[in-house]
Amino acid sequence: MCLAVPMEVKHINSELNVADVEIAGVKRQVRLDIIDYPAAVGDYVIVHAGFALRRLDREDALETLKLFQEGLNLQVH
Amino acid sequence: MALNNASDTLAKFKDPVLCRNLLDKIRAELPGPLAFMEVCGTHTVAIFQSGLRSLLPEEIRHLSGPGCPVCVTHEGEVAAFLELARKDNVIIATFGDLMRVPGPKGTSLKQAQAEGCRIEIVYSAFDALALARKNPESRVVFLGVGFETTAPTVAATIKVAKEQGLENFLVFAMHKLVPPALAALLQDPEVNVDALILPGHVSTIIGVEPYRFLADQHGVPSIITGFEPLDILQALLLIIDQRKTGQPQVVNQYSRAVADDGNPKAREIMAEVFTISNALWRGLGRIPESGLALAGEYQRFDALTTLDVQVQDLPPLPGCRCGDVLKGKMQPTHCPLFSKPCTPATPVGPCMVSTEGSCAAYYKYAL
Ligand code: SF4
Repeated sequence: MCLAVPMEVKHINSELNVADVEIAGVKRQVRLDIIDYPAAVGDYVIVHAGFALRRLDREDALETLKLFQEGLNLQVH
Repeated sequence: MALNNASDTLAKFKDPVLCRNLLDKIRAELPGPLAFMEVCGTHTVAIFQSGLRSLLPEEIRHLSGPGCPVCVTHEGEVAAFLELARKDNVIIATFGDLMRVPGPKGTSLKQAQAEGCRIEIVYSAFDALALARKNPESRVVFLGVGFETTAPTVAATIKVAKEQGLENFLVFAMHKLVPPALAALLQDPEVNVDALILPGHVSTIIGVEPYRFLADQHGVPSIITGFEPLDILQALLLIIDQRKTGQPQVVNQYSRAVADDGNPKAREIMAEVFTISNALWRGLGRIPESGLALAGEYQRFDALTTLDVQVQDLPPLPGCRCGDVLKGKMQPTHCPLFSKPCTPATPVGPCMVSTEGSCAAYYKYAL
């Protein structure tokens, strides 16, 4: 039940606070109540239990991939 | 890299060549035996499903912690929701995984349903709200399980119920918080964990800060990690790095989905609807401030007080070793009941029920 998956935003209905999302042909409608900053059509969002949790940062994903290839040098906390 | 769109980018995180390179690097740099624990059911599944577990060097021991919400639901909570299901005029709305979790007398929601109780499987707390609207003459009780990822979705739903004046929507709040459980685990002298892989999607909500004590107080390298093979391999390399330098830290490897401060909006909604409470965990017992109870004006949505049901601290199911499995003290295959009589078709404990449970993962992938 805890699975969360990235899905692509296809359409947004701000009046109802929902978005239509899709991945590999699976379509869902998700609530936008808790996403912290608004996603746009074409963005990927992490979807869990009928809600969009967060927008996936594509630049960051590319950056991570670059790190995989260059060796490891992550910023630590 | 010629990655034209987001789905190309995501696919790249499974790249077999990159995986192999990272595996070689892990093998070359591993300074000695290493036991790491993941505390997220999705990681459990990802590690088995991708075949990673069998590819890792033998010196790396993988333990699955208390990261499956169904598995950590306490015996007393299961008894309480079965009691709720048997009340007149109650419809239970639940995520499907809870259907087959055996209660203290071996009964489950599935059996209660066969006996005539009204139980509906929903995909989201919001679906339960629709169910309440459709059935004004009944009370719809949503079984709220899950960690910090799920809790805000339930909080948002309760807020909408309040705004819409829906009086017949109730929630049995069993949500649990990950950092206090990790603290309890690491304080247990019998638990032997060298490093932690932290739950990516819990972290999308809570961010990095709440984990810092893992490195600062317990000296355990801890990596917030995504769910693709490359993410997990990179996390292992980061752990190995920290072992070599002797400087345990908390690292956010999954920054494409996890901001350092998490999702403040989700946390705000959670803090409005819930208050932190003590909670009972299967196998781990009562952990202070590790649960969420309905707060203030939202208390009227509480299913337990409204329908007069109490959660009792019941003993574990006879013979089931889920508690030890959840603490990483025992591998599922060492449970005397594993595979006979306990199988996914005839589960004795919840770790065999949920697809994210360690026993179920072992049964499916490691036999
Ligand atoms: S094999 Fe079954 S009985 Fe044993 S710990 Fe796992 S779920 Fe419990």
